[in-house]
Amino acid sequence: MSGRTAFDVDLARTLIDRKRETPGATLPILHDLQEQFGYIDDRVIPLIAEALNISRAETLGVISFYHDFRRFPVDGRVLKLCRAESCQAMGCEDLVSHLERQHGIKVDDADGGAGLHVESVYCLGNCALSPSALIDGEPIGRLDRDRLDAIMAGAQGKTQ
Amino acid sequence: MSARVFVPADSSALSVGAEAVARAILDEARRRGLEIDLVRTGSRGLFWLEPLVEVETASGRLGYGPVAPGETAQLFDAGFLSGGAHPKALGRVDDIPYLARQQRLIFARCGVTDPLSIDEYRRHGGLKGLERALELGPKATVEEVLASGLRGRGGAGFPAGIKWRTTAGINADQKYVVCNADEGDSGTFADRMLMEGDPFLLIEGMAIAAVTVGATKGYVYIRSEYPHAFATFQSAIERARAAGLLGPSVLGSPHAFDLEARLGAGAYICGEETSLLESLEGKRGQIRPKPPLPAIVGLFGKPTVMNNVLSFASTPWILEHGAKAYAAYGVGRSLGSQPFQLAGNVRYGGLVELAFGASLRDLVEGFGGGSHTGRPIRAVQVGGPLGAYFPASLLDTPLDYEALAKAGGMLGHGGIVVFDDSVDMARQARFAFEFCAKESCGKCTPCRIGSVRGAETVDKIIAGHERQKNLELLRDLCEVMTDGSLCALGGLAPMPVLSALNHFSEDFARAPARAAAE
Repeated sequence: MSGRTAFDVDLARTLIDRKRETPGATLPILHDLQEQFGYIDDRVIPLIAEALNISRAETLGVISFYHDFRRFPVDGRVLKLCRAESCQAMGCEDLVSHLERQHGIKVDDADGGAGLHVESVYCLGNCALSPSALIDGEPIGRLDRDRLDAIMAGAQGKTQ
Repeated sequence: MSARVFVPADSSALSVGAEAVARAILDEARRRGLEIDLVRTGSRGLFWLEPLVEVETASGRLGYGPVAPGETAQLFDAGFLSGGAHPKALGRVDDIPYLARQQRLIFARCGVTDPLSIDEYRRHGGLKGLERALELGPKATVEEVLASGLRGRGGAGFPAGIKWRTTAGINADQKYVVCNADEGDSGTFADRMLMEGDPFLLIEGMAIAAVTVGATKGYVYIRSEYPHAFATFQSAIERARAAGLLGPSVLGSPHAFDLEARLGAGAYICGEETSLLESLEGKRGQIRPKPPLPAIVGLFGKPTVMNNVLSFASTPWILEHGAKAYAAYGVGRSLGSQPFQLAGNVRYGGLVELAFGASLRDLVEGFGGGSHTGRPIRAVQVGGPLGAYFPASLLDTPLDYEALAKAGGMLGHGGIVVFDDSVDMARQARFAFEFCAKESCGKCTPCRIGSVRGAETVDKIIAGHERQKNLELLRDLCEVMTDGSLCALGGLAPMPVLSALNHFSEDFARAPARAAAE
């Protein structure tokens, strides 16, 4: 997620070729692509299909099945906000409405803008310190409105 | 000798600043010209004390916590390297009642040792189980696991020894060992803690399974929500290979076994074993009908032993100390220890490993100290998003497989999520359906369609639309999903719903105006 680069077919092909012989290679390849480009570009579908000798429909089927794989690029930082029961018990839904009211950010909205893309996740395994989130892969426990405001300020600073 | 200081690198500890604390301690030591040996450990699982800093002294490991990065200079001033007094001093960590009252068989080393040092692992008793299994041979090892009464810790509670015996008894050119580390239940974090805090234990447990059933290749399927656990575990695999624990000759024996960590991709259903296999094979994580069982036709069509992280991690202790010693813990048919995980709105959340049989009250009040907000506890969900909500009046229910089933619930993976009196149980029931709808693999109709209709029906009840009729319909739907779904997702999603209906019916009878105004 750190070194996202613009989509490049040749680089995508290299990444796919690197793991095409791995048994059950689809997910490892998709993770590599998303790590590199920040999302799964539709142009990789025929490349993966050919490399793994599966149909394009099957490839798309796998991509669309898993919540992790984004089909559109996102701007800025990615906040994965836990909305499962333990975090509900500690007020995560209040944080969701705070994001929308204070910052105009809709969770799970493809077009987040504002330098911060917020996605719902269901459990980060940090349930004794709920509410919990990951910001670009780094864990945050006991998340509250102030911390969210600080993250927002930081994210906007970055994009300006 | 330089002082040894311990700071967790567990992701929960990191989530409240452990990295900054570790850096501040190193900086401060350098500034003062003191030599220290800073060891990054897993977590002890006392999360309200994180970041918990420990120092090794003549009187044992002393703790300070929770430490803020800005407090480190004070700690040095107070002479914490030799156990100096400070408001954050906790005394001997092993004597903290929360820890002292536990029975840590699996988590004995977690938070104590450097998780990536195989020498320390060995010094703290590691690898004895595997050595014993190699001595005993496959047949006797299976017998030992069977006799221990170990049941799958992932949720279903199926006897681990029976799976092992089945796979061991098949002739095949290739067999696999697969660890289900797709710990998706809200309120659970034991697998994560173990992979970050004592990964060699899981590797040892899987190696025991491999040499026992004759598997040469293993996979650990780790959920992508655990990036730190994945990274730590991958390093652990490399070190295990370098140390000869994995590779062409496991600990010098004729057995070959190698391991690979694979990353999930955010699908809760992949915690179901057949979905997990599909996912490992590179497909959509849709479940497979059973039979055939994975023990016979598993990964890539080959016999596969599949267990949860905690099940594999229990076997080294069982082999080292014997089945009898293990079965001495626990009650009835729930033998051994269970790492319970206290979460949600609770004052002292953390990992509590105990023999089966403690009551829910022991956990929530005894260990947990009541709610975090200080308000009365109203509901406790046991066993993840598919587990039942217990009202305060049922807190005396013992935590074992049978007692929980009798009370209309299940133990699942041992997660306990506490809610205070601000919870709206009709909304929680709705969420159970919503979550099921989001995570359903789509293979069977009761789960795929039932979960959507369920959420709609709860909405109608909340809105006061033909309430009686819709309540009846809801129970009917729950019956269809329970009896007609292919796997536990659709089959158990009704459990939280029915428990909410049965124990908190008043939340489904509120004046609709109030519900609408919220």
